[in-house]
Amino acid sequence: MKDIKEKIFQTIAYLAALLTVICLLAIIYGIFHDGLSLFKVVSWKDFLFTNNWYPTHYPPSFGAWALIIGSLTVTLGALIIALPLSLGSAIFIAEIASPRLREIVKPIIELLAGIPSVVYGLFGMAFLAPLIRQWFSLDTGLNLFTSSLILGIMVIPIICSISEDAMNSVPHSIREASLALGATKSETIFKAVIPAAKKGIIGSILLGFGRAIGETMVVLMVSGGAAQIPKSIFEPVRPLTSTIAAEMGETIMGDLHYNALFALAIVLLIITFFSNLITEIVFRPKRQK
Amino acid sequence: MVEKQIWTSNLNLWFGKNHILHNINLEAYKNNITAIIGPSGCGKSTLLRCFNRMNDLIPDMELTGKVYLGNKDIYAPKTDVYAVRASVGMVFQKPNPFPKSIYHNVAYGLQIQAKYTKSEIKERVEESLKAAWLWDEVKDRLHHSAMSLSGGQQQRLCIARALANKPQVLLLDEPTSALDPQSTAKIEELCLSLKNSVTILMVTHNVAQAGRISDYTAFLYLGELVEFGKTEHIFTVPKDKRTEEYLTGVFG
Amino acid sequence: MNRRKGKNTFWIMMMTLMLIFTAGFLVVFIVRIISLGAPVLSWKFIVEPPREAMTEGGIFPALMGTFLLTALAMIFALPSGIFTAIWLTHYGKPAWLVNILHIVINTMAGIPSIIFGLFGMAIFVNLMGFKVSLLSGSLTLAILALPVLINNTEQAIRSVPADFSEASLALGATTRQTISRVVFPAALPNILTGAIISVGRVAGETAPIMFTAATFYSRRLPHSLQDEVMALPYHIYALMTEGTHPEAQVPIAYGTALVLLILVLLIDATAIIIRSYMRKKRQW
Ligand SMILES: Nc1ncnc2c1ncn2[C@@H]1O[C@H](COP(=O)(O)OP(=O)(O)OP(=O)(O)O)[C@@H](O)[C@H]1O
Ligand SMILES: [Mg+2]
Repeated sequence: MKDIKEKIFQTIAYLAALLTVICLLAIIYGIFHDGLSLFKVVSWKDFLFTNNWYPTHYPPSFGAWALIIGSLTVTLGALIIALPLSLGSAIFIAEIASPRLREIVKPIIELLAGIPSVVYGLFGMAFLAPLIRQWFSLDTGLNLFTSSLILGIMVIPIICSISEDAMNSVPHSIREASLALGATKSETIFKAVIPAAKKGIIGSILLGFGRAIGETMVVLMVSGGAAQIPKSIFEPVRPLTSTIAAEMGETIMGDLHYNALFALAIVLLIITFFSNLITEIVFRPKRQK
Repeated sequence: MVEKQIWTSNLNLWFGKNHILHNINLEAYKNNITAIIGPSGCGKSTLLRCFNRMNDLIPDMELTGKVYLGNKDIYAPKTDVYAVRASVGMVFQKPNPFPKSIYHNVAYGLQIQAKYTKSEIKERVEESLKAAWLWDEVKDRLHHSAMSLSGGQQQRLCIARALANKPQVLLLDEPTSALDPQSTAKIEELCLSLKNSVTILMVTHNVAQAGRISDYTAFLYLGELVEFGKTEHIFTVPKDKRTEEYLTGVFG
Repeated sequence: MNRRKGKNTFWIMMMTLMLIFTAGFLVVFIVRIISLGAPVLSWKFIVEPPREAMTEGGIFPALMGTFLLTALAMIFALPSGIFTAIWLTHYGKPAWLVNILHIVINTMAGIPSIIFGLFGMAIFVNLMGFKVSLLSGSLTLAILALPVLINNTEQAIRSVPADFSEASLALGATTRQTISRVVFPAALPNILTGAIISVGRVAGETAPIMFTAATFYSRRLPHSLQDEVMALPYHIYALMTEGTHPEAQVPIAYGTALVLLILVLLIDATAIIIRSYMRKKRQW
């Protein structure tokens, strides 16, 4: 009797673990199955490297180059804005702030990391975009710059909180060793603490990258949606995610446009797999414990 | 005749309201090893950290009196703390190498000062590792991580790291308490060999260790310097009853 | 030497400045949402359905929709998440499956939420024929929540000292008894914290429910799992991009955003408070 209960319990746990693996396989299968159909009609080179996304023209063309560039530029812009601010703040909180201040600021940053992205999208669309249009006298405030700015603000709490954790877990003795050798505070931060925390910091940046490139609502609402290679940071763009979200409603299941959107999702999946892979490699030795 | 290298004059220290050190007058002599002994919590580490101003890092620390390093008051207003810390090396209880290569651990103090060329640094690293008796063990893997060394090797690396700055004084806070007997013996011998070039102040819990290697011994009790003198005197004819009790293991 | 001191001062000021900038951005953001959202809020706004093509009325169906989606998603995700974590921490054989599972979890955690939406649409809506419905949406959200849930639960279980389970096993208890009587109760507060954080994340997701569950406009609540639902995050998006009366819709969007924000922050704050309370109370 005891044995049977034991077996059942173990089997349930085993099945749950398998189910998790199956979920990922199903996701990959679902996306690839519908996406790869596109390549029976369009060559993958044309899909990736030509710049003509006219899915509803007759005949349609599916060159996603501008969309890929859109995703990458928006993400790059977001990181350019977020990195100095988030890492600077993390350093301040971990190394400079008094313990009391730290105890207040840290949970607030963690809370901010949980704000739904659609709220950032609303803020960008209704407040920031008109402001930026006015300041720079543009035709539209819905553009690359605004999207990057909002995405940047959005990933700051994530990068900040994780890299602060990393610095905070550097043993105090490392700081003492550095200071006792005559290093100043900033030398200790840059030459002892940050090198010791670099894995966590790189991890936080990769996570921020993944968050930014995968973010849908903000770019859907703020990027402007023009499938073009931007010539300046104030031109509208159309990243992968917002293309999928905006056009899915217009497609019919199984038509070429539908498959093309799944093919975009494949591109997105591969990009995030790679960024995960790097994280995985960076963190591999640590996992053993 | 012995020459004073680093000494305190009427040193008092408070952490917040706690009066930790009471009117300490302690002298450490050139080319000698001075041991500081005393029961746990009596302020040994705190006293040691007065000599390189590491206590400055504690927010509510207050200090009166003076600490001289070769006639210079290191707490004088215009003093360059960073220069003081470079010329008074410190080794901690638990080996604390940076998670960097062996080479970069030793080079650290020189690199931050940004006034040495690469080849000077290289030379000094070798010299320091040799002085810390580590060179032969690590010369083929200078660019491996310092974390791959054994505990005893790590502690000698920390000594080498401090020596690279060519300090006048070396402070050791229970440097062997986390090590096995063999590594301990090695560090003790190392200290004896180093005293020709640097003045050593060592905190230790191990009375026998103080007897083995120190020239002078200071007995600290509840923040007071109870007794200070030549080690052989202190160990054979202690003047104070508390010293005698401590040495014979009545408390502590 | 003076150059080094100067550099030191410079960098410390830079870091301080960065924090001030960051705080400034975030304060503007929060203040904007609150100051434009608060005037719209009222009891009626919470308990009434939208009227006049979303230019008047409240958000009740969206609030309920979000509640139902989140609750169902957690009902689906919690058991399998917890059991997966138990398997990882206490059975974990064969070892290669453990490695694979860790890779799977990390990979899933990094997948953009829109991909979960596409997947849900392809599998639940189309292939299984659940249509655009509460069921499809909550299943999609459950899968999205799974990796975070497993990770948190695994950490919670691992933070229970091994001595506890060893003591229990040494007394002759089986693995199952040890887990259910010793390990699980000790880990429960942390497991709960993790679950609450997932609730907050799931409640705020938009992209995964766009094609699987959400509808722009519905005056009534769903009657069955097969019905479409409104949801707070999607409602904000709809108000901003659909319809013809932005001057009436934008304020409602701010109000909805404030409600969503308060909801999510309350949920997360609860988790943080539970966590710090437990840390203080913990006796090991
Ligand atoms: N950062 C600090 N803030 C406040 N009080 C401190 C601090 N560091 C030490 N103390 C107090 O100062 C006293 C002396 O501590 P210290 O570490 O110097 O003792 P010690 O003799 O080195 O002891 P041990 O042999 O255990 O290392 C103790 O009562 C301790 O509680
Ligand atoms: Mg001590």
